[in-house]
Amino acid sequence: MTITSDALSGGFSEPVFQSQSVFRMLMDGMARPGLIQRIVSDAGQPEPLGPAAGAIALTLCDHETPVFLSAGLAKSTVGAWIGFHTGATLTREKAEARFAFLEAGAAPTSFGLFALGSQEYPDRSTTLVLEVKALHEEAGAGQKLTLSGPGILQSRDIWVEGLPESFHRLWIDNRALFPRGIDVILTADTDLLCLPRTTRVGA
Amino acid sequence: MTELASYNFAYLDEQTKRMIRRAILKAIAIPGYQVPFASREMPMPYGWGTGGVQVTAAIIGPEDVLKVIDQGADDTTNAVSIRAFFQKVADVAVTTHTADATIIQTRHRIPERKLSEGQVLVYQVPIPEPLRFLEPRETETRKMHALEEYGLMHVKLYEDIARHGRISTTYAYPVKVAGRYVMDPSPTPKFDNPKMHMSEALQLFGAGREKRIYAVPPHTDVVSLDFEDHPFEIQRFEQSCALCAAHGVYLDEVVLDDKGGRMFVCSDTDNCEDRREHGHSGEMLAPSKEAAE
Ligand SMILES: [Zn+2]
Repeated sequence: MTITSDALSGGFSEPVFQSQSVFRMLMDGMARPGLIQRIVSDAGQPEPLGPAAGAIALTLCDHETPVFLSAGLAKSTVGAWIGFHTGATLTREKAEARFAFLEAGAAPTSFGLFALGSQEYPDRSTTLVLEVKALHEEAGAGQKLTLSGPGILQSRDIWVEGLPESFHRLWIDNRALFPRGIDVILTADTDLLCLPRTTRVGA
Repeated sequence: MTELASYNFAYLDEQTKRMIRRAILKAIAIPGYQVPFASREMPMPYGWGTGGVQVTAAIIGPEDVLKVIDQGADDTTNAVSIRAFFQKVADVAVTTHTADATIIQTRHRIPERKLSEGQVLVYQVPIPEPLRFLEPRETETRKMHALEEYGLMHVKLYEDIARHGRISTTYAYPVKVAGRYVMDPSPTPKFDNPKMHMSEALQLFGAGREKRIYAVPPHTDVVSLDFEDHPFEIQRFEQSCALCAAHGVYLDEVVLDDKGGRMFVCSDTDNCEDRREHGHSGEMLAPSKEAAE
C-alpha cells in the first residue's frame, strides 16, 4: 500500500485527553443505548469516513484489533490512515475483525459473518461502526426506532435517516444469539449512538 | 507508594487504557459477564484493589470528581491512598460527598444516598467468580455460565437453608443480572444488593489479580438469588446510628471500652456527617427525640 500524505495527516492533537473524552461518550452510550452524542474532533479523517467514526477508530483501535472496512472505505485512503495512526492491521475476513467500519449506504446482508464470540467468550465479537445519514432525538425525518433493554428506563425513541433496510431483520437475528452477537455504533457525521446486543429494537 | 516520577495521565499507558476500555464496552454490552483483561502491575499491592484502580484509571478524565471509600468510609488508609494516587497522577478533583462525585471507587459498600444518572460506581473485586467455591476450574465455570447452568448454585444456597434455617451468606451474595448471568457483587454486604437493582448509575467491577472486568448498566435488573419459601432478606439493624440517629442504614459496631461498652454507627461516613450537619443527632452526641424513637 502506498502511504499518501492523506493517510499521514490528521490524528488527535491531544490524543490522551481526546481519546478519554470519546471513550467516555462510548461508555455512556453503551450504558444508555440510543443516547445521541456529538463529538468534537480534529482528527482529519479522510473521506468517506465520518468525524465520529474517525474518532472512534483513533480511540479504540490498535495493533491488537484487526479492522474490516466496507468496499467503499477499502478503496479510499481510510485503511492507510487508520493503519498509520493506530497501528491496526486491515483484514478482509469479517470473522477476524474486532472493529468493522461501514460507509453510509453500505447494505449489509448479514451480521453472521462477523465475529460473534463464543458461548464461553461472547466478548470476542466485532463492534460494527455503521455510518448513516442522520440521527434524531425528535420526530421528523427518518425511521422511528423504539429501543428497550438494559440501560433504558422503559423505552427510548430515536429517528434514524439512512438505516439499511435489512437492519431490523439482521438485528433480530443478532438478538437471538445472545449472549453472542455483535454490538453496533451508529455514526452520522459528528453524532453517534450505541446499540449493544442487549437492546431490543421495535418499529 | 513507589516513586511516580514519570508517568502518563492517570498512570496507565495509552495502549493499556485502550485494552481496558474495549473490555469495559464489551462488559456493558453483556451485563454480568466477566470479560478477561490483561491486568497490569500497579504501584500498590493486589489487596489494595488494583482491578478497581485500573478501571478508574482507564475511564477518568480531567473533568471528573472522584470519591473513594473503603467499607463506607472516605478516611481509611486504603481510600486515602487511592484518592491521593489519582490526585497525583490525574490531577482530578476529589470529594467525600457522594452527590458531588462523578466516579466513586469502592471496596465494600454502596453509598446510602441514591446514585444518579451519569455517576459511575467502580468496585474493587477480589474474587469475581460466583461459582468458584463450587468449581475450582475456570474452564468448568466458563462452561456453566455459557450453558446458564446455575443449578448447583441453587443447591448450595438451599443446603444453607437446611443447615441454618436461612441463607447464611451475608457478603458477596450472588445476584442474577438482566435475567441471564449469575454475578458476584463481592465483597459488598447483601444489605447493599437492592441498591444495585435498577440503579441510575453505571456499575463497573474490576478484579486485578483475577484479571476480570464486568458491568451492570443503569436501569438493569439485579435480582438476589432466593427461593419462594425463603425469599431474599437484607440484614436489619435493631439500633439506630449513635451519631446521627439514622434508621435503615448499614451500621458498624464500635467497641468503646473493655467493659463491653459498644455503639453502632453509620458505615457510610459521608451520609452520617451530612445528616448531622442537617441537625440529626444520635444518643452519643446529644439527647434528642430522634434517639429515643
Ligand atoms: Zn450516622
